[in-house]
Formats: sequence, structure tokens, C-alpha cells
Amino acid sequence: MTDSKYFTTTKKGEIFELKSELNSDKKEKKREAVKKVIASMTVGKDVSALFPDVANCMQTDNLELKKLVYLYLMNYAKSQPDMAIMAVNTFVKDCEDPNPLIRALAVRTMGCIRVDKITEYLCEPLRKCLKDDDPYVRKTAAVSVAKLHDINAALVEEQGFLDSLKDLLSDSNPMVVANAVAALSEINEASATGRPLIEMNAPTINKLLTALNECTEWGQVFILDSLSNYTPKDEREAQSICERITPRLAHANAAVVLSAVKVLMKYMEMMGQDAEFVVSLSKKLAPPLVTLLSSEPEVQYVALRNINLIIQKRPDILKHEMKVFFVKYNDPIYVKLEKLDIMIRLASQNNIAQVLSELKEYATEVDVDFVRKSVRAIGRCAIKVEQSAERCVSTLLDLIQTKVNYVVQEAIVVIKDIFRKYPNKYESIIATLCENLDTLDEPEARASMIWIIGEYAERIDNADELLESFLDSFQDENTQVQLQLLTAIVKLFLKRPTDTQELVQQVLSLATQDSDNPDLRDRGFIYWRLLSTDPAAAKEVVLAEKPLISEETDLIEPTLLDELICHIASLASVYHKPPTAFVEGTGGLKRALPSRSGEEDASVMATGGASASVIPEPGSLIGDLLSMDIGGGGSTAGAGGTGNVDILGGGLDILGGTAPSAPSTNSLLGDIFGLSGTSSTTFHIPPKQVWLPAPKGKGMEISGTFSRKNGQIHMVLTFSNKAMQPMNQFAVQLNKNSFGLIPAQALNVPNIPPNQSLDISLPLNTNGPVQKMEPLTNLQVAIKNNIDVFYFACVMPIHVFFTEDGNMEKKVFLATWKDIPSANEVQFTLENIECNADGVSTKMNQNNVFTVAKRHLEGQDMVYQSMKFTNDVWALAELKIQPGNPSVTLAIKSRALDVCHSIFAIYDTILHN
Amino acid sequence: MIGGLFIYNHKGEVLISRVYRDDIGRNAVDAFRVNVIHARQQVRSPVTNIARTSFFHIKRSNIWLAAVTKQNVNAAMVFEFLLKMCDVMAAYFGKISEENVKNNFVLIYELLDELLDFGYPQNTDTGILKTFITQQGIKSTSREEQTAITSQVTGQIGWRREGIKYRRNELFLDVLEYVNLLMSPQGQVLSAHVAGKVVMKSYLSGMPECKFGINDKIVVDAKGKSGEETSRTKSSIAIDDCQFHQCVKLSKFETEHAISFIPPDGEYELMRYRTTKDISLPFRVIPLVREVGRTKLEVKVVIKSNFKPSLLAQKIEVRIPTPLNTSGVQLICMKGKAKYKASENAIVWKIKRMAGMKESQISAEIELLQTDSKKKWTRPPISMNFEVPFAPSGFKVRYLKVFEPKLNYSDHDVIKWVRYIGRSGLYETRC
Repeated sequence: MTDSKYFTTTKKGEIFELKSELNSDKKEKKREAVKKVIASMTVGKDVSALFPDVANCMQTDNLELKKLVYLYLMNYAKSQPDMAIMAVNTFVKDCEDPNPLIRALAVRTMGCIRVDKITEYLCEPLRKCLKDDDPYVRKTAAVSVAKLHDINAALVEEQGFLDSLKDLLSDSNPMVVANAVAALSEINEASATGRPLIEMNAPTINKLLTALNECTEWGQVFILDSLSNYTPKDEREAQSICERITPRLAHANAAVVLSAVKVLMKYMEMMGQDAEFVVSLSKKLAPPLVTLLSSEPEVQYVALRNINLIIQKRPDILKHEMKVFFVKYNDPIYVKLEKLDIMIRLASQNNIAQVLSELKEYATEVDVDFVRKSVRAIGRCAIKVEQSAERCVSTLLDLIQTKVNYVVQEAIVVIKDIFRKYPNKYESIIATLCENLDTLDEPEARASMIWIIGEYAERIDNADELLESFLDSFQDENTQVQLQLLTAIVKLFLKRPTDTQELVQQVLSLATQDSDNPDLRDRGFIYWRLLSTDPAAAKEVVLAEKPLISEETDLIEPTLLDELICHIASLASVYHKPPTAFVEGTGGLKRALPSRSGEEDASVMATGGASASVIPEPGSLIGDLLSMDIGGGGSTAGAGGTGNVDILGGGLDILGGTAPSAPSTNSLLGDIFGLSGTSSTTFHIPPKQVWLPAPKGKGMEISGTFSRKNGQIHMVLTFSNKAMQPMNQFAVQLNKNSFGLIPAQALNVPNIPPNQSLDISLPLNTNGPVQKMEPLTNLQVAIKNNIDVFYFACVMPIHVFFTEDGNMEKKVFLATWKDIPSANEVQFTLENIECNADGVSTKMNQNNVFTVAKRHLEGQDMVYQSMKFTNDVWALAELKIQPGNPSVTLAIKSRALDVCHSIFAIYDTILHN
Repeated sequence: MIGGLFIYNHKGEVLISRVYRDDIGRNAVDAFRVNVIHARQQVRSPVTNIARTSFFHIKRSNIWLAAVTKQNVNAAMVFEFLLKMCDVMAAYFGKISEENVKNNFVLIYELLDELLDFGYPQNTDTGILKTFITQQGIKSTSREEQTAITSQVTGQIGWRREGIKYRRNELFLDVLEYVNLLMSPQGQVLSAHVAGKVVMKSYLSGMPECKFGINDKIVVDAKGKSGEETSRTKSSIAIDDCQFHQCVKLSKFETEHAISFIPPDGEYELMRYRTTKDISLPFRVIPLVREVGRTKLEVKVVIKSNFKPSLLAQKIEVRIPTPLNTSGVQLICMKGKAKYKASENAIVWKIKRMAGMKESQISAEIELLQTDSKKKWTRPPISMNFEVPFAPSGFKVRYLKVFEPKLNYSDHDVIKWVRYIGRSGLYETRC
């Protein structure tokens, strides 16, 4: 009899049939039915309707059946919380079972059922199980504490489970210790305060180290990972822990080895770098790391990603092990690419010959990505090891001769970098490069080639022709190429001004008039201005001597590297990203390497020095940015910010210093300033609030606010798709509300792919059906998408309903004020108002609250204001402001008394803003 | 920690889905199918991040195993766990295939319940699991047996149960070595290493303490210092690195260079090691490729066996890659059988047995179709497979002593067998 038949039932009345089978008297039939249910559950069918029937099968002495029922409960309890309660009794009873396996099973399963009521019942049995005689039950209970903490952290602290867990750290059984450590680490990690709830101390660490020798391989991983979070109090303690951990490097499990490496790498930071101990430890690290390369490819991949970090932190460890990173023909591509990366990092004068011949071999392989990376690697070797540059260049030339399109393109990109490292050395090959101009179709390669032509324009006779040939298709080029072409032609013009004037005018007009890319336009204008005012300065700027690119490329930024070293073996080390970049909701504990006491200053200095060697140095970037858009290795972009400011500053100086020879620009600038002038004094828009949190919106998060633009109310929304599927078919509807708000147009939201968000502004009219809401400004919204319809309510700031024509004439104001009975007057006090009468007046005016009159009376400023709602209801206000007194009295009169409170609230917000 | 574990068939249908953590939803199952299984060519890493959810996968024949998490887990541990899980499943029902997974899905769920708790790997030792996950249920076991099981699962010697009895105490040691070689066409060794392992089959009563001696330089030297000058031989070898089964007391190895342990019952891998120095390469491959015009290729390959003439190598296979546009191949070989396999783009030359210090040769004429593609043929390396009855690294077992003070058998009563096998790993010569 096989179980695969359970997967094939697809009949229609299946649920009904299963129901009757589950209630059958025959045990065998019951079991079969439960198996069918589990099989359906696996393939994603909804069998939650069978909950009571399956739960009925729970009381059985057949362990296999019991486990299946528990599996079902874990899956569906959350959707049927009331039903799940029925199971509590059986759980509690099972926790008392004489068989330890059943006790453990019950406490394990109970922890997985995330229903509040069950959680309450869990506490007592859990407390017992934590003190159970049987280690198997205790180790299961330890993990259950972590489960409970995940459901209800406060409960765990209230019930004192943290202390029980801490007691388990001294348990006689190593597996219990290991699980307790794992649970504690997780609880600490989740601590909201970012501060660990339980601090490790030397005696606990000692217990852990003892357990380390005895527990399972997984337990060893838990213990080592938690040790890596502990910071020894001094060098001696660090050293003694290291000594006890080193034997783990010979473990067969790669996770144990890597976790041990993590602890050692971290603790080594605390010791003097030349100390004998550190030197001998470094020597011990190499062999196990190399051995990891003979494990399964997936493990190799993790190991290689980590080795990449380790050799950046401590290059000495593997410097003699180049050969083991040679690529094997059958390695999976992800292993090949990683090995290549490491080979480049390890390349040095001693081994460069070997490395180059390998790389040349790789450049003829089949996989395009791999070949490209190999070609790029040759270039990086040239930059890194000066002695090899010549050989690298000739290898690259050989490769260009193969005429394989992507090889040629890649080679040209790296040759550009070689030119930047060794200027005036290899220019003889330019002719060969130019031959391949037509085959280049990738932006990066085209841009590199153009850069080369511009940079060496004086040596290329037909440089103008070559560049001109690119101009025809200027509009279709990638931005990178456009920018490069602009710069190259300007360079050419500065070098050969006589015959290229037409060309430069052409490109400048293309860049400034026909392009809508601001970067391109800006650069075009800067060049234009430079050339027209001071060609000498232009020469100095555009043809400035560029800093040489330094040897190490693609280094990870030092502080990030240190953080990643603390995460060796983990996902962060695989992604080379800090955990915050891919884990939700971890604000807390950022790891940093410990530093040696008393050497902190020195270490800061050292990292400073290290960061300076990463190219390109910030500050020397001006020349770079003007002439280079191509990242010479990934780091250019990161440092770009500093350079940009410089350029803008320089550019502005030039603009200011020259006469307004180009009125068009100035008026443009004026416009921009004009615009920003008005925009800075706008209407108060409350910050966006999350109206629909993602968990409630099945992954759609909506946040929003209201604004008023050009006499119309807008609902400003941000849709964020946090689900794994795209969202589309959006529509919106508003419930009847106090002011008759309805959408003025349909909600025009396109498809939102996963992990993307979209801002949209929805204009609203006030001619819809009216129904008074409580409070007045409440608005109920329904938003539909392809997944579901979601309802939420939000509160509108009342001032969006103040119309622009709300300025009452003085006389009318006086008359109305008298006319409204004093019962309709409400007084409020505004606290902590810092502005004076004029300030209040202007601030409120921007929000359509108009000042009708102002008076100075007995040392007080009286301000009278009026406002009109979209539904023609008027409200009048009187403010008493005492200079120097932060309290302001506000009296509001209106026929509709309900609005007063909202008006006060909005005064309060606006004046405090 | 691991948030969920899924098993798919090649089409991407879920066969097993077990969720351990609340942050993993059903949609994760589909996300992996759509983004990884169905987009096979694009995914070039065993770790994939989709919408802040990380997926680790391995493949066994047509089956995908994927572990899912939203946390910063120990990646090495997740892969090691997935591999271990494959071992466990294989030990229970053999090959991991769609058929077998479906047939044993209840068992797999039961195993998953025990292997992982809240995503934390627990005991993954097959021997122990088999004592209490049996598919028969354990209703009949007595109280003593139950506690025996639990203390076993959590015990310090979690890999061996008490009370094992054999009438004949016997043990087998297999020293298995994989020789890896990358050689340049000129015969220069680019890289060579031996990945070796010692597999032990133990059928011993009680809880025996074993001590294992090998001819590692450090171990021998350490012994040498302690006075046993006699045991010092010139035939010690330099082991770059070694790793041990969890039964070996690592701290003792670190301090005393002694390999001592209480072995699991039955077959297991005692140690793994790696050497790079003084490897005796059993075979040399000498390739000669000549392009005759644009449509013909002449290939001559000589293999030389380089070990004692009294020994015999077996299962020799030489694989000579041919260009994709090969139209026909003529083969002449002195020994064995050779065949051109068009589907594999290779000439496969097989020799059943070959003694040491011999030489054999194959010559082939490869006819090529005219092609217009400019791209040169990339000449993959010639690879070789073989099996020899010695350890190419020079690894030697010096002794394995068994002590069981509680039972009345001594080291002399144990029957011990040692066997050395050298196999080819990646044994490649570029041409």
C-alpha cells in the first residue's frame, strides 16, 4: 500500500465524503481519511471546513494519527480560533502523559498554535515541562518559550519564563543547553529596546563552552552563534575562549566550522595584531576554509561568499592558497563567479603569471557572464599588479582579436580603466580599439570607447569623424553615452578648436535644447557657459589632470565589512548586505567588531586610512565627474555625493560672475525660484498616516493625507505593495459623509509590482450625498483591488473645507458676530503659541482663514478672522494675543456648533507647525 | 531560523509543505515556484531573495527542496541541514524521487516534526531517528524503553544506543580517496589534491572506546617526542586539514593529536581529510590535438599508469570531448573499447583493468562539418575516471584499538579489516 494515492483525489463531493470517513467508527478508515486531509492541505486546498471532525480524532493512542491531527491543527487553528479551544483539554492532558515523547509533542504543538486562548492555557504545562525529569521534554520546552515569546512577549516576561530559560543554561544535558541558548538568542534579538534581555556573563559562557564539546552539531552552531554576540571583557578572556573553540574547526559540519571562524575573527580584533597568538590563529584558519571548498556546491557557495569577506578583513590568511580557487570545469556557475572574485583579490606579484593564464583560459568558456567577468578580471589584475599590466593588455588585445562581441565590449571597458591607471603608456593600442567601434552595442562599452576617444583626441586623427558618427543617433543613446559624448566632444574642441566648432555647437544644442534629461542639460549649460566666458578656465576644468584610480576595486566599505564579519555564515554574509537591508523590523542590535581597549583612536585612524584607499577618493572627484560617468568599479556612485556639491558650487560661481549673456537661462532660473517661492508658503498638509496597514490589506499598505490645491480638495495617497504578487484594478469609494465628499474622477492607479509603492493624488468634489458623521471629519473609505475590497476610516483635517472666498467684509462680520447667539460661542485656549498677531494672521491666511480686522486693546492684540466651508457655513473667530504670553484665547462663533472643536484643533495644529 | 520547508516536483507542484513560523505564508510556496523553478535559467544562485523572503534550495534528481526564511539565518547551517535531510530521507526510503516522496509523505511530515522545531535543527542522526520514528507507532514500548529513547536522542552520545551485542566483534575500515588533478597540456600540474575519507563499519558490543592511529606527520611527530622513536617512519604524510565525525573528541585531538571516540553502530564516516603534498598521481594523460584543415581533427591520447606493476587499476574511463560540429569519428585503440557518443559530444574510452607502469594509446580522426560560426571550439579538458587499490596520498592506518572495559572482550578479539581505494575525483588534463 502506498500513500501517493492520497494526492490524486480530486472528486467534487470530496469534503463531504471525507467528513463521513472522519466520523467513521473504524480506526483504519479514520486514519486514511486524516491522511487524505493532510495531502489536500499540502497541495493548497482549503480543508478548514473539516476542523471539528479532524479535531475529534485527536484523542487517540495512535501516535502517528495524533501527529497528523496536530499538524492539521497547527495549520488551521488560527482561522478557527473558537474550534481550536476544543483541543485545549487534550493538549493539557497530553502534557501529563507518562510517555515523554507525547509530553514533548503536546508542548511543542501547543506553542505553534497562535490562538490567544490556547496561549493562556500553555503557561502552566510549559512551566511544568521546563522542569520535567526527561531531557527530551526540557529541550522541547526551551524552544517553546521562544515560540511563546513570538506570540506574546509580555506574557513570557510576566510569567518568569526568561529566568527558567536562564536556569536551563546550566542543565546537565547538552542538548537542553543548546536549545535554551538558541531560544535566548532569539528572544534577545527580538527585544524591542535593542538591549538584550539577558546578558551573558563569564560563568554562563563557561557552561556553554563545556556543553559545546558534547552537544549535537546543530547545538554547537547555536552555541557558537550566541558566543559571537558576546564581547569578552578583556584580551585574556578572549584568548581563552578562542583556545577552546579552535578544535571546532575540524568538525565535519560546515556550519560549525564557519560559526567558529566567526567567533575567532571577531575576538581576534581584541588582540594585538602582531601577537603570537593571533599569528598562529590566522595560520589555523586557512586549512578549514580551504576544506570547505570540497563540500557540496551550495555549501561551497556560502563558504566562498564568506571567504571573500575574510580576505578583505585579513588578506594574509589565504594569501598562499590561490590554487584552490581555480575554477573547475564542472563547477556550477555561481561557484565559478565567486571563485573568480576571490582569485582577483588574492592576485599578487608572486602568483600573477598563474592567475593570468587561468583567466585567459576562462575567457574562452561558454557561459557569457563568466566570460565577461573573466575579461574584467584580467583588467583588474592589470590595475592591481603593475608588473603584469603589459601582459594583461596584450592578453586583452588577443581577446579583442577573437571578435566575439561581448568579449570585445568587456575588454574595452576594462582597457579604459587601465588607461586611467597608467596614462600615456598603452595608447598605441587605440587604433586596434577603434576598429571595433561598430560592433559596440552596449552602453557601457560605447561610453568607454567615447571616453577613450575624447581623452586621447589629439592622437586620433579622425576623432572628430568618429564622434560625429555617434551624434546622428544621439537621441536614442543611453544617458551614460550621451553624457560621455558631450564631454568627449568638448574635450576635442578644447584640444582642436579650429575644425570642431560646428561639432561642439551641435552637441551643446542637442544636450541643452532637445533633451529633457536634467543632468545632461545641466552639464550642457555648464560647458556652454564655461566655453563662452572663459575658455582658459574651461580647459582647466575639463582637461584637468585626473587622479589615478587606485588598485583595489570593489572593496566593501570598511564599517560595513566589520559588521558583515560579525555575521559570518549568516545570510547577511551571503548577500554582503547588513541584515536590516533584507529582514523586516530589525531596528535593534547592530553588530560591530570589538576593538582593543586603549587602541580605539588608533583603530579609527586605521579604518580612516583604509577608506581612503577605496577609489575614488572623495574630494578629488571634480575632474572625475566631469569626464567620467562610467563607474570604475562599483564604488564611484557611492562617493558621488560629495563631488556633486562641488560642481554645483563651481557652476553657480560662474553663473553669478558673468554678465547675463544668456537671458533664457536666467529667466528659467528665475522661474524656478519663483515657483519654489510660492511653494514654500503653502497650505498646511498634515503628514501622511498609515490608514490601512499591510497585514490588514493583504499586503497592500495605504497611507495618506488631505490637501487643498487650486480650490479643490485632494486625497493624497501612497500605495505600497508588500505582498508577493502584483496589484491592479484599483477603485475607490467614499461613504456618505458630513461634507458630501466624492471622488472627482476614477482612481487611476496602474499595476503595482511587488515591493513597489506609488503616490497618487485624487481630486475630490463636495457635491456628493451628505450624512453627518461623528466626529464631523470622519471619512469612511473603501478601496478595491484585484485581491479584495478593504475598508478603513480616516479623519480629515477640517481646513481643507475652508474655501478661498472666506474673507468676510468687516461690517458683515460685525453684524454676523452679533447675530449669532452667544450660546453658539465656544472659547478655547491655545498654549505655547510663539508667533505674534501678524504671524498668526499670515499662517492662518495660507489656510484660507482670513483676517478681517486687527485691534490693539489694553496691551492685547485682538484678531478677528473668518472662514467659509464648502457647504456655505460660516465660522468666525476672535483671538486674544498678549505679546510675551504663549497662551492665546480663541473664541469661535458659528451657527453650526459642531465645527468649533475641529476648528480649534486645526488652529492648534497650524499654529504649532 | 528556518521558517518553512517545501518539497516540489520538477513541475513546481508542492509535494510537502511544512511551515514553522508565522511570518511565512502560503504565498511563499508560489513565490518560489514562479521565481525560481519556472525561471530556471535566470536563477544563478542557490540563495534567492524574493520580496524580503530568502529561499535556499538544493536539487536532488527532479526534486527541489527549499527552505524559506525571513530572518538573517545561518546560511551554512540551512544548507547543511537540507543535505542532512536528504541523507535521512534516503536512509528511510531510498532514492529521493517524486514517487518516493509521495509514497512516504506521512513519514516525511513526522520526520520534519522531529528534525526541526520552530525552525531549529534538532537531532538528525538516522540511527537514532529510526529507533522512534518507525511508521508503526510506538504504542507498545514500555516505560523504560521510552526513557531510553529520549535519553538517547538528547544524550551526550546521541549516536549510539546502549546494550548493543554482537557474537562476533568485527570492524571494517575503508580508506577512500578521491584524487583531483588539473594538468596543463604541457604536463605541468596546475593543481592537485586528494580528498580522502575513512568510512568505518563497526559491529562492536557495548560502548567501546576506540583509538585510531594514522601516519599523519603531526601525529607521528607528537608521538615521536614522547619517546616512541621506533614508530617514527619516513612514510608519514602531511595532512593539510582533517574533519571528524561528531563522535570524535575534538578537544583531545587538538591537545594530544589523538583520535579517540565511541563509534556509532553500523556504517558512518569517521573522518575526512585533504592533502596536497607528495601525491602519487596514478595516471598521466598525454594529449595531442592537431587541426588538419578546417574539417578534420587528429587526436592522440596516451595514458601512462604510474604505480607498482603488481597492482591493478580498474574501471578506467577516458573521456575526450569533441567539437559540436563533429560528423564522424574513426578510432584506433590498443587496449579496451572506445566509442564516440554523439549525444555527449565525447569519445569514451573504457579499459577494464590495467597494471602499473604500463602505457596505452588511442588515436582518433574527427571529421567536422563546415560551419560559418567564427567562434572557436573551446576545447574542454580531457577527463579520466579510475579506481586503484591504494591511497594516492600515502595515507596509512597505523592502528585501531578497541577498549570495552565493561564487557569481556579485548582488543585482540576484535576482527579488523582495512582496505584502501583510490578513485578519480576531477581528474582533468587540458588539451
